[in-house]
Amino acid sequence: MGKVVHSNIENYKSLLKNYIANQDEQSLYGVDMVSKSFLKNNILPEEIVNLHIQVLQELYPDLSEDIKHSMDFLLEAMISYGIKQQEIQTLKEQQMAIKSEISVAASMQETLLKADIPSIDGLEIGAISVPAHQMNGDYYHFVKGKNGTLGLAIADVIGKGIPAALCMSMIKYAIDSYPEESMAPKMILENLNRVVERNVDSSMFITMIYAQYLPQSRRLIFSSAGHEPGYYYNKANDRFEELKTKGLALGVLPDVQYQEYRVDLDQDDMVIFLTDGVTECREEGQFIEVDEVLDVIKRFKDHPAQEIVNQVYKHFERLQGFQLRDDFTLIILRKKV
Amino acid sequence: MEPQTSCVTIQKEWDIVGARHVARDMARSLGFSTVDQARIATAVSELARNIYLYAKKGQIYFDIIDSVDRKGMNIKVIDSGPGIEDIGEVMQDGFSTSGGLGAGLPGVKRLMDEFDIESEKGVGTVIYVKKWVR
Repeated sequence: MGKVVHSNIENYKSLLKNYIANQDEQSLYGVDMVSKSFLKNNILPEEIVNLHIQVLQELYPDLSEDIKHSMDFLLEAMISYGIKQQEIQTLKEQQMAIKSEISVAASMQETLLKADIPSIDGLEIGAISVPAHQMNGDYYHFVKGKNGTLGLAIADVIGKGIPAALCMSMIKYAIDSYPEESMAPKMILENLNRVVERNVDSSMFITMIYAQYLPQSRRLIFSSAGHEPGYYYNKANDRFEELKTKGLALGVLPDVQYQEYRVDLDQDDMVIFLTDGVTECREEGQFIEVDEVLDVIKRFKDHPAQEIVNQVYKHFERLQGFQLRDDFTLIILRKKV
Repeated sequence: MEPQTSCVTIQKEWDIVGARHVARDMARSLGFSTVDQARIATAVSELARNIYLYAKKGQIYFDIIDSVDRKGMNIKVIDSGPGIEDIGEVMQDGFSTSGGLGAGLPGVKRLMDEFDIESEKGVGTVIYVKKWVR
């Protein structure tokens, strides 16, 4: 490093000399390069001022005392900037360390919460979940029952970041532990509500829809815990219908009863579940109307379900300038033959 | 020849300037570079300012270290102020910025070569710093 600095000092000297003689742009470009190299080697501003003083004295041995004093004064003024530069360097290193820890945590979360999309007779499934930051506070989960039924959970933790992500792991393992015969949506939500209410900080709660699809009867049964409403797409009249539900978010009160709702699916009907990250992505400070989401879905309705969710995501990612403000999760189920 | 030891009492804001002055003179006579003189003066200034702002009264002792193999400056800062409850916290980067301590103790540590601190709540604080002539 000492060598680098030394060659830069020589360089600085000749550049300064040139500049004083010619005021040329090339010398200015040169000093820009030297300055970058100083930064890289952690040379502090006061040292650069000191270098400048030395070079000046070499070039002008009879430099006026007043100018010398004024340069010393400048050196003094730089000391605090030097301290800050070092502080910022340390903070930067700390930030890198934290970032890499979080990315380890995020990839662990991904492994823990990994949700494979099962294949269910007569049902096409598309799902996407993208975190706004490294860790995802949204969650979806599919379970295939022994009798060919599908269990589906979509959830959003109110309160973001790492605590939300930790909370989601708990939810997943709670759902996993329920025996198959008690997989009715309302039972699941009632059980989860108790788990969340007992184990999670009162400032955090979770909204969720749990749905069960029965292939024999083509029926989707679902319950909602304060979650963003889902939509039903009726192929016959080419229209969307909001799936109105009632139910308190998980973790608000200890004993909550949830209602079950149902919708019967015909050929090419769709059911759409999403989180508020989809509807709340702002466009120039304005909330996006859910109609816009449905419009995009309609535009791609002839594509496979996974393609539709991918396209909706792409659309809103672009709308938000490729910087998600909230975790984005979207699931589409479509009845097939 | 400069005196080997010096003590400055800090009580008024003006005393901070006095402490800087003593620090710089001693540093110059020991042969510190201009940059290091400025660093020592700034560190002393920071420590004196902490006394003035938080402890109201304290002393700064300056000593010359002149051994066979190296020369340096030893500074001890004593106050009987409120003390620091969580030293780890004030030694953290970024803490001083929010707490309004200026360069703060991490800054002092960076300006000098050695740094040590002892503090007890309700009793006071002692800070030891050293810098070696290079």
